[in-house]
Amino acid sequence: MFSYCTDPSQLEGLTWLSCYLTTGKHAGLYVSVFTVLLLLAVTAPTALVFGFAGASAARSRIAPLRWLGKSYTAIVRGVPDIAFFLFFVIALDQGFEWLRHQVKCPDWTDPIRQGNDFVVCDAAKLPLSTAPQWIHESYAFVLAVLTFAIVFGAFAANVLYGGMRAVPRAQLETAEAYGMTPRQTFWRILVPQMWIYALPGLSNLWMVLIKATPLLFLLGIEDIVYWARELGGTKNAKFTDYPHGDWRIWYFLFLLVFYLAFTRVSEIVLERLTVRLSRGQATAAGEKLRKEVQA
Amino acid sequence: MSCLETIQDYALRSIGIGERLLPKGDYTLCEHFTLIGSGMIWNIYFGVMALGFGFFFAVALAVGKASNNRWIRKPAEWFIFIFRGSPLFIQFFFAYFLFLSLKQVHPVFDPFTAAWLGALIVLFMNTAAYSGEIFYGALRSIPKGDNEAADAYGLTGWMRFRRIQFPTMMRLAWPAYTNEAIFLFHATTLVFFSAFPAWRQKGDALYYASYFADKTFNPFIPYPILAFYFILLTLVIVGLFGLVNKRLNRHLPQERRSKMRFRPNIIR
Repeated sequence: MFSYCTDPSQLEGLTWLSCYLTTGKHAGLYVSVFTVLLLLAVTAPTALVFGFAGASAARSRIAPLRWLGKSYTAIVRGVPDIAFFLFFVIALDQGFEWLRHQVKCPDWTDPIRQGNDFVVCDAAKLPLSTAPQWIHESYAFVLAVLTFAIVFGAFAANVLYGGMRAVPRAQLETAEAYGMTPRQTFWRILVPQMWIYALPGLSNLWMVLIKATPLLFLLGIEDIVYWARELGGTKNAKFTDYPHGDWRIWYFLFLLVFYLAFTRVSEIVLERLTVRLSRGQATAAGEKLRKEVQA
Repeated sequence: MSCLETIQDYALRSIGIGERLLPKGDYTLCEHFTLIGSGMIWNIYFGVMALGFGFFFAVALAVGKASNNRWIRKPAEWFIFIFRGSPLFIQFFFAYFLFLSLKQVHPVFDPFTAAWLGALIVLFMNTAAYSGEIFYGALRSIPKGDNEAADAYGLTGWMRFRRIQFPTMMRLAWPAYTNEAIFLFHATTLVFFSAFPAWRQKGDALYYASYFADKTFNPFIPYPILAFYFILLTLVIVGLFGLVNKRLNRHLPQERRSKMRFRPNIIR
Protein backbone atom coordinates (compact mmCIF):
# COMPACT_ATOMS: atom_id res chain seq x y z
CA MET A 1 0.00 0.00 0.00
CA PHE A 2 2.71 2.47 0.98
CA SER A 3 5.54 3.24 -1.43
CA TYR A 4 8.19 1.82 0.89
CA CYS A 5 6.46 -1.58 0.98
CA THR A 6 7.95 -2.89 -2.26
CA ASP A 7 10.55 -5.05 -0.52
CA PRO A 8 9.18 -6.16 2.89
CA SER A 9 12.21 -8.31 3.72
CA GLN A 10 14.29 -5.13 4.12
CA LEU A 11 11.84 -3.54 6.55
CA GLU A 12 11.79 -3.72 10.32
CA GLY A 13 9.65 -2.82 13.30
CA LEU A 14 6.75 -0.45 12.85
CA THR A 15 7.30 0.14 9.14
CA TRP A 16 7.13 -3.60 8.56
CA LEU A 17 3.98 -3.80 10.64
CA SER A 18 2.35 -0.92 8.77
CA CYS A 19 3.02 -2.71 5.50
CA TYR A 20 1.92 -6.06 6.92
CA LEU A 21 -1.38 -4.74 8.22
CA THR A 22 -2.29 -3.13 4.90
CA THR A 23 -1.87 -6.15 2.62
CA GLY A 24 -4.76 -7.17 0.39
CA LYS A 25 -5.59 -10.12 2.64
CA HIS A 26 -5.93 -7.90 5.68
CA ALA A 27 -8.45 -5.85 3.76
CA GLY A 28 -10.59 -9.00 3.94
CA LEU A 29 -10.41 -8.84 7.73
CA TYR A 30 -11.41 -5.18 7.81
CA VAL A 31 -14.26 -5.76 5.39
CA SER A 32 -15.51 -8.64 7.52
CA VAL A 33 -15.80 -6.29 10.50
CA PHE A 34 -18.35 -4.46 8.39
CA THR A 35 -20.01 -7.78 7.61
CA VAL A 36 -20.56 -8.22 11.34
CA LEU A 37 -21.89 -4.67 11.72
CA LEU A 38 -24.11 -5.14 8.68
CA LEU A 39 -25.46 -8.37 10.14
CA LEU A 40 -26.28 -6.58 13.39
CA ALA A 41 -27.85 -3.64 11.56
CA VAL A 42 -30.05 -5.92 9.46
CA THR A 43 -30.80 -8.59 12.04
CA ALA A 44 -31.82 -6.36 14.94
CA PRO A 45 -34.82 -4.75 13.20
CA THR A 46 -35.78 -8.00 11.46
CA ALA A 47 -35.70 -9.86 14.76
CA LEU A 48 -37.77 -7.09 16.33
CA VAL A 49 -40.39 -7.49 13.60
CA PHE A 50 -40.43 -11.25 14.15
CA GLY A 51 -40.62 -10.67 17.89
CA PHE A 52 -43.40 -8.13 17.57
CA ALA A 53 -45.41 -10.49 15.40
CA GLY A 54 -44.76 -13.34 17.83
CA ALA A 55 -45.74 -11.31 20.88
CA SER A 56 -48.89 -9.96 19.21
CA ALA A 57 -49.82 -13.49 18.15
CA ALA A 58 -49.29 -14.75 21.70
CA ARG A 59 -51.79 -12.11 22.93
CA SER A 60 -54.31 -12.82 20.21
CA ARG A 61 -57.89 -13.75 20.97
CA ILE A 62 -57.86 -16.32 18.19
CA ALA A 63 -56.74 -19.57 19.77
CA PRO A 64 -54.64 -21.13 16.95
CA LEU A 65 -52.78 -17.85 16.45
CA ARG A 66 -52.14 -17.68 20.19
CA TRP A 67 -50.80 -21.22 20.23
CA LEU A 68 -48.56 -20.40 17.30
CA GLY A 69 -47.16 -17.35 19.06
CA LYS A 70 -46.69 -19.15 22.35
CA SER A 71 -45.00 -22.19 20.87
CA TYR A 72 -42.70 -19.94 18.82
CA THR A 73 -41.49 -18.23 22.00
CA ALA A 74 -41.39 -21.45 23.98
CA ILE A 75 -39.38 -23.41 21.47
CA VAL A 76 -36.11 -21.58 21.98
CA ARG A 77 -36.03 -22.45 25.65
CA GLY A 78 -34.41 -25.73 26.47
CA VAL A 79 -32.46 -26.09 23.22
CA PRO A 80 -29.01 -24.55 22.57
CA ASP A 81 -29.22 -21.66 20.10
CA ILE A 82 -26.25 -22.94 18.13
CA ALA A 83 -28.29 -26.05 17.30
CA PHE A 84 -30.95 -23.76 15.84
CA PHE A 85 -28.35 -21.96 13.78
CA LEU A 86 -27.00 -25.17 12.31
CA PHE A 87 -30.52 -26.48 11.76
CA PHE A 88 -32.13 -23.45 10.14
CA VAL A 89 -29.36 -22.78 7.66
CA ILE A 90 -29.87 -26.17 6.02
CA ALA A 91 -33.61 -26.32 6.65
CA LEU A 92 -34.30 -22.89 5.15
CA ASP A 93 -32.12 -23.62 2.13
CA GLN A 94 -33.91 -26.90 1.48
CA GLY A 95 -37.28 -25.30 2.14
CA PHE A 96 -36.69 -22.58 -0.46
CA GLU A 97 -35.39 -25.06 -3.01
CA TRP A 98 -38.33 -27.34 -2.43
CA LEU A 99 -40.81 -24.49 -2.93
CA ARG A 100 -39.12 -23.38 -6.14
CA HIS A 101 -39.01 -26.97 -7.27
CA GLN A 102 -42.78 -27.30 -6.83
CA VAL A 103 -43.36 -24.13 -8.85
CA LYS A 104 -40.74 -24.47 -11.59
CA CYS A 105 -40.71 -28.20 -12.30
CA PRO A 106 -44.23 -29.53 -11.72
CA ASP A 107 -43.71 -32.53 -14.04
CA TRP A 108 -40.65 -33.86 -12.15
CA THR A 109 -41.35 -37.41 -11.02
CA ASP A 110 -38.22 -38.52 -9.14
CA PRO A 111 -38.35 -38.29 -5.36
CA ILE A 112 -36.55 -35.29 -3.89
CA ARG A 113 -34.84 -37.22 -1.12
CA GLN A 114 -32.84 -40.02 -2.73
CA GLY A 115 -31.06 -41.81 0.09
CA ASN A 116 -28.59 -39.30 1.44
CA ASP A 117 -29.11 -36.76 -1.34
CA PHE A 118 -31.45 -33.86 -1.72
CA VAL A 119 -32.20 -33.53 -5.42
CA VAL A 120 -34.21 -30.76 -7.03
CA CYS A 121 -34.32 -29.84 -10.70
CA ASP A 122 -31.58 -27.49 -11.98
CA ALA A 123 -33.93 -24.56 -12.46
CA ALA A 124 -34.91 -24.71 -8.79
CA LYS A 125 -31.38 -24.60 -7.40
CA LEU A 126 -30.66 -21.65 -5.14
CA PRO A 127 -28.62 -19.83 -6.16
CA LEU A 128 -28.48 -21.04 -9.77
CA SER A 129 -25.27 -22.88 -10.54
CA THR A 130 -24.57 -20.33 -13.29
CA ALA A 131 -24.88 -17.38 -10.91
CA PRO A 132 -21.75 -15.33 -10.22
CA GLN A 133 -19.78 -15.75 -7.02
CA TRP A 134 -21.15 -12.67 -5.26
CA ILE A 135 -24.70 -14.01 -5.54
CA HIS A 136 -23.63 -17.21 -3.83
CA GLU A 137 -22.02 -15.21 -1.05
CA SER A 138 -24.96 -12.88 -0.54
CA TYR A 139 -27.39 -15.80 -0.59
CA ALA A 140 -25.41 -17.38 2.26
CA PHE A 141 -25.52 -14.07 4.09
CA VAL A 142 -29.27 -13.68 3.62
CA LEU A 143 -29.77 -17.20 4.96
CA ALA A 144 -27.64 -16.32 7.98
CA VAL A 145 -29.63 -13.13 8.61
CA LEU A 146 -32.92 -15.04 8.40
CA THR A 147 -31.61 -17.69 10.78
CA PHE A 148 -30.47 -15.08 13.28
CA ALA A 149 -33.78 -13.24 12.93
CA ILE A 150 -35.83 -16.37 13.57
CA VAL A 151 -33.88 -17.36 16.67
CA PHE A 152 -33.56 -13.86 18.12
CA GLY A 153 -37.12 -13.06 17.08
CA ALA A 154 -38.26 -15.73 19.50
CA PHE A 155 -36.17 -14.15 22.27
CA ALA A 156 -37.55 -10.72 21.35
CA ALA A 157 -41.12 -12.02 21.28
CA ASN A 158 -40.70 -13.20 24.85
CA VAL A 159 -39.35 -9.83 25.96
CA LEU A 160 -42.02 -7.82 24.12
CA TYR A 161 -44.76 -10.08 25.45
CA GLY A 162 -43.53 -9.32 28.97
CA GLY A 163 -43.40 -5.63 28.11
CA MET A 164 -46.97 -5.65 26.85
CA ARG A 165 -48.18 -7.34 30.00
CA ALA A 166 -46.33 -4.85 32.18
CA VAL A 167 -48.24 -1.83 30.86
CA PRO A 168 -50.57 -0.85 33.73
CA ARG A 169 -54.04 -2.25 33.26
CA ALA A 170 -55.56 1.13 34.17
CA GLN A 171 -54.07 2.68 31.03
CA LEU A 172 -55.91 0.22 28.83
CA GLU A 173 -59.11 0.60 30.84
CA THR A 174 -58.94 4.36 30.36
CA ALA A 175 -58.60 3.84 26.62
CA GLU A 176 -61.65 1.60 26.66
CA ALA A 177 -63.55 4.17 28.70
CA TYR A 178 -62.81 6.73 25.98
CA GLY A 179 -64.45 4.37 23.54
CA MET A 180 -61.37 3.17 21.68
CA THR A 181 -61.62 -0.07 19.75
CA PRO A 182 -59.24 -2.92 20.71
CA ARG A 183 -57.16 -2.09 17.65
CA GLN A 184 -56.89 1.57 18.63
CA THR A 185 -56.07 0.65 22.21
CA PHE A 186 -53.31 -1.63 21.01
CA TRP A 187 -51.65 0.83 18.62
CA ARG A 188 -52.23 4.11 20.47
CA ILE A 189 -51.91 3.12 24.12
CA LEU A 190 -50.21 -0.23 24.50
CA VAL A 191 -47.47 -0.07 21.86
CA PRO A 192 -46.11 3.40 22.72
CA GLN A 193 -45.93 2.50 26.40
CA MET A 194 -44.54 -1.01 26.27
CA TRP A 195 -41.03 -0.06 25.10
CA ILE A 196 -39.83 1.26 28.45
CA TYR A 197 -40.87 -1.99 30.10
CA ALA A 198 -39.31 -4.06 27.34
CA LEU A 199 -36.10 -2.05 27.18
CA PRO A 200 -34.08 -3.85 29.89
CA GLY A 201 -34.85 -7.17 28.18
CA LEU A 202 -34.15 -5.76 24.74
CA SER A 203 -30.81 -4.30 25.78
CA ASN A 204 -29.89 -7.63 27.25
CA LEU A 205 -30.92 -9.21 23.98
CA TRP A 206 -28.74 -6.77 22.02
CA MET A 207 -25.76 -7.82 24.13
CA VAL A 208 -26.54 -11.47 23.47
CA LEU A 209 -26.90 -10.72 19.77
CA ILE A 210 -23.50 -9.01 19.64
CA LYS A 211 -21.96 -11.99 21.35
CA ALA A 212 -23.65 -14.38 18.91
CA THR A 213 -22.16 -12.74 15.81
CA PRO A 214 -18.97 -14.84 15.77
CA LEU A 215 -21.24 -17.83 15.16
CA LEU A 216 -21.55 -16.54 11.59
CA PHE A 217 -18.34 -18.46 11.07
CA LEU A 218 -20.24 -21.71 11.64
CA LEU A 219 -22.78 -20.72 9.00
CA GLY A 220 -20.08 -20.63 6.37
CA ILE A 221 -19.62 -16.87 6.11
CA GLU A 222 -16.11 -15.44 5.76
CA ASP A 223 -16.39 -13.39 8.93
CA ILE A 224 -13.79 -12.06 11.35
CA VAL A 225 -13.23 -15.46 12.97
CA TYR A 226 -12.50 -16.96 9.55
CA TRP A 227 -10.02 -14.21 8.69
CA ALA A 228 -8.36 -14.30 12.12
CA ARG A 229 -7.69 -18.02 11.69
CA GLU A 230 -6.60 -17.55 8.10
CA LEU A 231 -4.26 -14.61 8.63
CA GLY A 232 -2.89 -15.71 11.99
CA GLY A 233 -1.68 -19.15 10.88
CA THR A 234 2.01 -19.75 10.31
CA LYS A 235 3.18 -18.13 7.08
CA ASN A 236 6.11 -19.61 5.21
CA ALA A 237 8.61 -17.30 3.53
CA LYS A 238 8.14 -19.30 0.33
CA PHE A 239 4.54 -18.23 -0.18
CA THR A 240 4.38 -14.75 1.26
CA ASP A 241 6.47 -11.63 1.55
CA TYR A 242 5.55 -11.38 5.21
CA PRO A 243 6.58 -14.64 6.88
CA HIS A 244 5.66 -15.08 10.55
CA GLY A 245 4.98 -17.79 13.11
CA ASP A 246 1.64 -18.80 14.59
CA TRP A 247 0.06 -15.47 15.45
CA ARG A 248 -3.52 -16.65 15.83
CA ILE A 249 -3.44 -15.92 19.55
CA TRP A 250 -2.80 -12.21 18.81
CA TYR A 251 -5.55 -12.07 16.24
CA PHE A 252 -8.03 -13.58 18.66
CA LEU A 253 -6.82 -11.27 21.40
CA PHE A 254 -7.69 -8.42 19.03
CA LEU A 255 -11.16 -9.90 18.47
CA LEU A 256 -11.64 -10.25 22.23
CA VAL A 257 -10.79 -6.60 22.76
CA PHE A 258 -12.97 -5.60 19.80
CA TYR A 259 -16.01 -7.33 21.29
CA LEU A 260 -15.31 -5.99 24.78
CA ALA A 261 -15.16 -2.45 23.44
CA PHE A 262 -18.30 -3.01 21.41
CA THR A 263 -20.31 -4.26 24.40
CA ARG A 264 -19.03 -1.42 26.58
CA VAL A 265 -20.06 1.22 24.04
CA SER A 266 -23.46 -0.46 23.65
CA GLU A 267 -23.94 -0.44 27.41
CA ILE A 268 -23.34 3.30 27.59
CA VAL A 269 -25.63 4.05 24.65
CA LEU A 270 -28.42 1.85 26.01
CA GLU A 271 -28.16 3.51 29.41
CA ARG A 272 -28.74 6.90 27.77
CA LEU A 273 -31.63 5.50 25.75
CA THR A 274 -33.25 4.22 28.94
CA VAL A 275 -33.15 7.70 30.43
CA ARG A 276 -34.56 9.17 27.22
CA LEU A 277 -37.43 6.69 27.05
CA SER A 278 -38.28 7.11 30.73
CA ARG A 279 -39.43 10.67 30.08
CA GLY A 280 -43.11 11.07 30.89
CA GLN A 281 -43.57 7.42 31.86
CA ALA A 282 -45.47 6.29 34.92
CA THR A 283 -42.38 4.51 36.31
CA ALA A 284 -39.97 5.33 39.12
CA ALA A 285 -37.34 6.51 36.65
CA GLY A 286 -39.86 8.67 34.84
CA GLU A 287 -41.05 10.18 38.12
CA LYS A 288 -37.46 11.00 39.05
CA LEU A 289 -36.94 12.82 35.76
CA ARG A 290 -40.14 14.80 36.28
CA LYS A 291 -39.02 15.93 39.73
CA GLU A 292 -35.60 16.94 38.39
CA VAL A 293 -37.21 19.17 35.79
CA GLN A 294 -39.46 20.80 38.39
CA ALA A 295 -36.66 21.45 40.85
CA MET B 1 -27.99 -55.01 12.97
CA SER B 2 -30.45 -54.80 15.81
CA CYS B 3 -30.88 -51.72 17.92
CA LEU B 4 -29.45 -53.45 20.98
CA GLU B 5 -26.20 -54.15 19.13
CA THR B 6 -26.04 -50.54 18.01
CA ILE B 7 -26.43 -49.41 21.58
CA GLN B 8 -23.66 -51.77 22.68
CA ASP B 9 -21.37 -50.50 19.96
CA TYR B 10 -22.02 -46.81 20.16
CA ALA B 11 -23.49 -45.90 23.56
CA LEU B 12 -20.04 -45.04 24.90
CA ARG B 13 -18.48 -44.12 21.56
CA SER B 14 -17.94 -40.50 22.58
CA ILE B 15 -15.46 -41.53 25.27
CA GLY B 16 -13.72 -44.03 23.04
CA ILE B 17 -15.31 -47.30 24.18
CA GLY B 18 -16.89 -49.53 21.57
CA GLU B 19 -16.80 -49.49 17.80
CA ARG B 20 -14.03 -47.28 16.41
CA LEU B 21 -15.61 -46.44 13.06
CA LEU B 22 -18.77 -44.41 12.97
CA PRO B 23 -21.73 -46.01 11.18
CA LYS B 24 -21.78 -45.70 7.42
CA GLY B 25 -24.34 -45.56 4.66
CA ASP B 26 -28.01 -45.57 5.56
CA TYR B 27 -28.37 -44.39 9.10
CA THR B 28 -31.12 -45.85 11.21
CA LEU B 29 -33.09 -43.87 13.75
CA CYS B 30 -31.52 -46.06 16.43
CA GLU B 31 -28.02 -45.02 15.36
CA HIS B 32 -29.06 -41.38 15.48
CA PHE B 33 -30.44 -41.73 19.00
CA THR B 34 -27.55 -43.77 20.36
CA LEU B 35 -24.71 -41.70 18.99
CA ILE B 36 -26.22 -38.31 19.82
CA GLY B 37 -27.08 -39.63 23.28
CA SER B 38 -23.52 -40.85 23.63
CA GLY B 39 -22.31 -37.35 22.86
CA MET B 40 -24.44 -36.02 25.72
CA ILE B 41 -21.86 -37.58 28.08
CA TRP B 42 -19.50 -34.76 27.14
CA ASN B 43 -22.13 -32.07 27.56
CA ILE B 44 -22.98 -33.38 31.01
CA TYR B 45 -19.30 -33.73 31.93
CA PHE B 46 -18.49 -30.15 30.93
CA GLY B 47 -21.63 -28.74 32.51
CA VAL B 48 -21.35 -30.55 35.84
CA MET B 49 -17.63 -29.97 36.30
CA ALA B 50 -17.75 -26.28 35.30
CA LEU B 51 -20.76 -25.62 37.53
CA GLY B 52 -19.29 -27.55 40.44
CA PHE B 53 -15.95 -25.78 40.46
CA GLY B 54 -17.36 -22.51 39.17
CA PHE B 55 -19.76 -22.18 42.09
CA PHE B 56 -17.00 -21.60 44.65
CA PHE B 57 -15.11 -19.21 42.42
CA ALA B 58 -18.35 -17.33 41.72
CA VAL B 59 -19.01 -16.84 45.43
CA ALA B 60 -15.46 -15.55 45.84
CA LEU B 61 -15.93 -13.18 42.89
CA ALA B 62 -19.22 -11.87 44.27
CA VAL B 63 -17.70 -11.19 47.67
CA GLY B 64 -14.68 -9.63 45.96
CA LYS B 65 -16.83 -7.34 43.84
CA ALA B 66 -18.75 -6.24 46.93
CA SER B 67 -15.54 -5.59 48.84
CA ASN B 68 -14.59 -2.10 50.03
CA ASN B 69 -10.94 -2.71 49.28
CA ARG B 70 -10.31 -1.57 45.73
CA TRP B 71 -7.37 -3.98 45.28
CA ILE B 72 -9.84 -6.82 45.66
CA ARG B 73 -12.82 -5.14 44.02
CA LYS B 74 -11.14 -4.03 40.79
CA PRO B 75 -9.74 -7.45 39.74
CA ALA B 76 -13.10 -9.08 40.44
CA GLU B 77 -14.93 -6.40 38.43
CA TRP B 78 -12.54 -6.77 35.50
CA PHE B 79 -12.71 -10.54 35.52
CA ILE B 80 -16.50 -10.43 35.41
CA PHE B 81 -16.50 -7.74 32.73
CA ILE B 82 -14.08 -9.58 30.47
CA PHE B 83 -15.85 -12.90 30.60
CA ARG B 84 -19.37 -11.48 30.40
CA GLY B 85 -18.50 -8.88 27.78
CA SER B 86 -16.93 -11.09 25.15
CA PRO B 87 -18.36 -14.00 23.18
CA LEU B 88 -17.72 -17.46 24.60
CA PHE B 89 -16.89 -18.61 21.08
CA ILE B 90 -13.97 -16.16 20.87
CA GLN B 91 -12.90 -17.10 24.40
CA PHE B 92 -12.62 -20.73 23.30
CA PHE B 93 -10.52 -19.80 20.28
CA PHE B 94 -8.28 -17.48 22.26
CA ALA B 95 -7.75 -20.02 25.05
CA TYR B 96 -6.96 -22.79 22.58
CA PHE B 97 -4.30 -20.78 20.78
CA LEU B 98 -2.96 -19.53 24.10
CA PHE B 99 -2.54 -23.10 25.34
CA LEU B 100 -1.04 -24.04 21.99
CA SER B 101 1.68 -21.41 22.41
CA LEU B 102 2.24 -22.36 26.04
CA LYS B 103 2.68 -25.95 24.96
CA GLN B 104 5.77 -24.92 23.04
CA VAL B 105 7.21 -23.38 26.18
CA HIS B 106 6.72 -26.40 28.40
CA PRO B 107 5.18 -29.85 27.85
CA VAL B 108 3.27 -29.43 31.13
CA PHE B 109 0.65 -27.59 29.08
CA ASP B 110 0.08 -30.58 26.81
CA PRO B 111 -3.30 -31.66 28.24
CA PHE B 112 -4.58 -28.07 28.12
CA THR B 113 -4.92 -28.20 24.35
CA ALA B 114 -7.35 -31.11 24.67
CA ALA B 115 -11.00 -30.27 25.09
CA TRP B 116 -11.50 -32.15 28.37
CA LEU B 117 -9.23 -29.75 30.25
CA GLY B 118 -8.75 -26.66 28.08
CA ALA B 119 -12.41 -26.12 27.24
CA LEU B 120 -13.38 -26.99 30.81
CA ILE B 121 -11.20 -24.17 32.12
CA VAL B 122 -12.83 -21.67 29.76
CA LEU B 123 -16.32 -22.84 30.73
CA PHE B 124 -15.36 -22.74 34.41
CA MET B 125 -14.18 -19.13 34.19
CA ASN B 126 -17.15 -18.15 32.06
CA THR B 127 -19.77 -19.58 34.38
CA ALA B 128 -17.92 -18.20 37.41
CA ALA B 129 -18.15 -14.72 35.90
CA TYR B 130 -21.85 -14.97 35.05
CA SER B 131 -22.81 -16.58 38.38
CA GLY B 132 -20.52 -14.16 40.21
CA GLU B 133 -22.55 -11.28 38.82
CA ILE B 134 -25.79 -13.01 39.86
CA PHE B 135 -24.48 -13.66 43.38
CA TYR B 136 -23.19 -10.10 43.61
CA GLY B 137 -26.64 -8.78 42.78
CA ALA B 138 -28.15 -11.06 45.42
CA LEU B 139 -25.54 -10.02 47.98
CA ARG B 140 -26.55 -6.40 47.49
CA SER B 141 -30.24 -7.19 47.87
CA ILE B 142 -29.87 -8.86 51.26
CA PRO B 143 -32.39 -7.11 53.54
CA LYS B 144 -30.76 -4.44 55.66
CA GLY B 145 -32.34 -5.95 58.76
CA ASP B 146 -30.45 -9.21 58.31
CA ASN B 147 -27.10 -7.45 58.50
CA GLU B 148 -28.25 -5.34 61.43
CA ALA B 149 -29.36 -8.48 63.24
CA ALA B 150 -25.91 -9.95 62.63
CA ASP B 151 -24.36 -6.82 64.11
CA ALA B 152 -26.67 -7.01 67.11
CA TYR B 153 -25.57 -10.58 67.78
CA GLY B 154 -21.95 -9.53 67.50
CA LEU B 155 -21.29 -11.70 64.46
CA THR B 156 -18.35 -10.55 62.39
CA GLY B 157 -16.13 -11.72 59.59
CA TRP B 158 -16.41 -15.31 58.48
CA MET B 159 -19.20 -16.26 60.90
CA ARG B 160 -21.33 -13.36 59.75
CA PHE B 161 -20.85 -14.37 56.13
CA ARG B 162 -21.35 -18.07 56.73
CA ARG B 163 -24.41 -17.79 58.98
CA ILE B 164 -26.23 -14.70 57.73
CA GLN B 165 -25.17 -13.44 54.34
CA PHE B 166 -24.39 -16.61 52.44
CA PRO B 167 -27.73 -18.42 53.03
CA THR B 168 -29.78 -15.36 52.09
CA MET B 169 -27.59 -14.65 49.07
CA MET B 170 -28.15 -18.21 47.85
CA ARG B 171 -31.87 -18.01 48.46
CA LEU B 172 -32.22 -14.79 46.50
CA ALA B 173 -29.92 -15.84 43.68
CA TRP B 174 -31.16 -19.37 43.19
CA PRO B 175 -33.81 -18.84 40.46
CA ALA B 176 -31.37 -16.80 38.37
CA TYR B 177 -28.63 -19.33 39.06
CA THR B 178 -30.86 -22.11 37.77
CA ASN B 179 -31.22 -20.15 34.58
CA GLU B 180 -27.46 -19.76 34.35
CA ALA B 181 -26.99 -23.51 34.83
CA ILE B 182 -29.33 -24.23 31.93
CA PHE B 183 -27.41 -21.82 29.71
CA LEU B 184 -24.10 -23.29 30.71
CA PHE B 185 -25.24 -26.70 29.55
CA HIS B 186 -26.30 -25.12 26.27
CA ALA B 187 -22.94 -23.42 25.97
CA THR B 188 -21.14 -26.75 26.22
CA THR B 189 -22.27 -27.52 22.67
CA LEU B 190 -19.85 -24.87 21.39
CA VAL B 191 -16.73 -26.69 22.55
CA PHE B 192 -16.15 -28.89 19.53
CA PHE B 193 -17.21 -26.18 17.10
CA SER B 194 -14.51 -23.81 18.25
CA ALA B 195 -10.86 -24.66 17.87
CA PHE B 196 -10.74 -27.64 20.23
CA PRO B 197 -10.36 -30.79 18.13
CA ALA B 198 -12.66 -33.78 18.54
CA TRP B 199 -9.91 -36.36 18.71
CA ARG B 200 -10.82 -39.63 16.91
CA GLN B 201 -14.33 -38.26 16.36
CA LYS B 202 -15.03 -38.29 20.05
CA GLY B 203 -17.37 -35.33 20.25
CA ASP B 204 -20.41 -34.03 22.04
CA ALA B 205 -24.07 -34.35 21.10
CA LEU B 206 -24.10 -31.45 18.66
CA TYR B 207 -20.92 -32.74 17.03
CA TYR B 208 -22.65 -36.02 16.19
CA ALA B 209 -25.91 -34.31 15.23
CA SER B 210 -24.11 -32.11 12.72
CA TYR B 211 -22.13 -35.14 11.57
CA PHE B 212 -25.39 -36.87 10.66
CA ALA B 213 -26.83 -33.71 9.11
CA ASP B 214 -23.74 -33.29 6.95
CA LYS B 215 -23.76 -36.91 5.82
CA THR B 216 -27.47 -37.29 5.12
CA PHE B 217 -28.10 -33.66 4.18
CA ASN B 218 -31.29 -34.00 6.19
CA PRO B 219 -31.43 -31.73 9.24
CA PHE B 220 -34.94 -32.77 10.20
CA ILE B 221 -33.92 -35.94 12.05
CA PRO B 222 -30.69 -35.34 14.02
CA TYR B 223 -31.49 -31.84 15.32
CA PRO B 224 -34.92 -32.67 16.75
CA ILE B 225 -33.29 -35.66 18.50
CA LEU B 226 -30.68 -33.30 19.94
CA ALA B 227 -33.47 -30.94 20.99
CA PHE B 228 -35.24 -33.85 22.68
CA TYR B 229 -32.14 -34.72 24.72
CA PHE B 230 -31.57 -31.12 25.70
CA ILE B 231 -35.16 -30.52 26.75
CA LEU B 232 -34.88 -33.65 28.88
CA LEU B 233 -31.63 -32.35 30.39
CA THR B 234 -33.21 -28.95 31.05
CA LEU B 235 -36.12 -30.59 32.87
CA VAL B 236 -33.70 -32.60 35.02
CA ILE B 237 -31.75 -29.44 35.90
CA VAL B 238 -34.92 -27.54 36.76
CA GLY B 239 -36.03 -30.48 38.91
CA LEU B 240 -32.75 -30.81 40.79
CA PHE B 241 -32.34 -27.08 41.32
CA GLY B 242 -35.97 -26.94 42.44
CA LEU B 243 -35.16 -29.42 45.23
CA VAL B 244 -32.28 -27.24 46.39
CA ASN B 245 -34.53 -24.20 46.20
CA LYS B 246 -37.03 -25.95 48.44
CA ARG B 247 -34.34 -26.64 51.00
CA LEU B 248 -33.02 -23.09 50.87
CA ASN B 249 -36.51 -21.75 51.60
CA ARG B 250 -37.55 -24.35 54.17
CA HIS B 251 -37.48 -21.95 57.13
CA LEU B 252 -39.85 -19.45 55.56
CA PRO B 253 -43.62 -19.49 56.12
CA GLN B 254 -45.39 -21.33 53.32
CA GLU B 255 -46.79 -18.34 51.48
CA ARG B 256 -43.53 -16.38 51.50
CA ARG B 257 -41.49 -19.14 49.92
CA SER B 258 -40.32 -18.02 46.53
CA LYS B 259 -41.79 -20.37 44.01
CA MET B 260 -39.35 -21.94 41.63
CA ARG B 261 -40.08 -20.46 38.23
CA PHE B 262 -40.62 -23.28 35.83
CA ARG B 263 -40.50 -20.78 32.99
CA PRO B 264 -36.91 -19.64 33.27
CA ASN B 265 -35.73 -16.53 31.43
CA ILE B 266 -34.48 -17.27 27.99
CA ILE B 267 -31.64 -14.80 28.10
CA ARG B 268 -28.43 -15.45 29.91
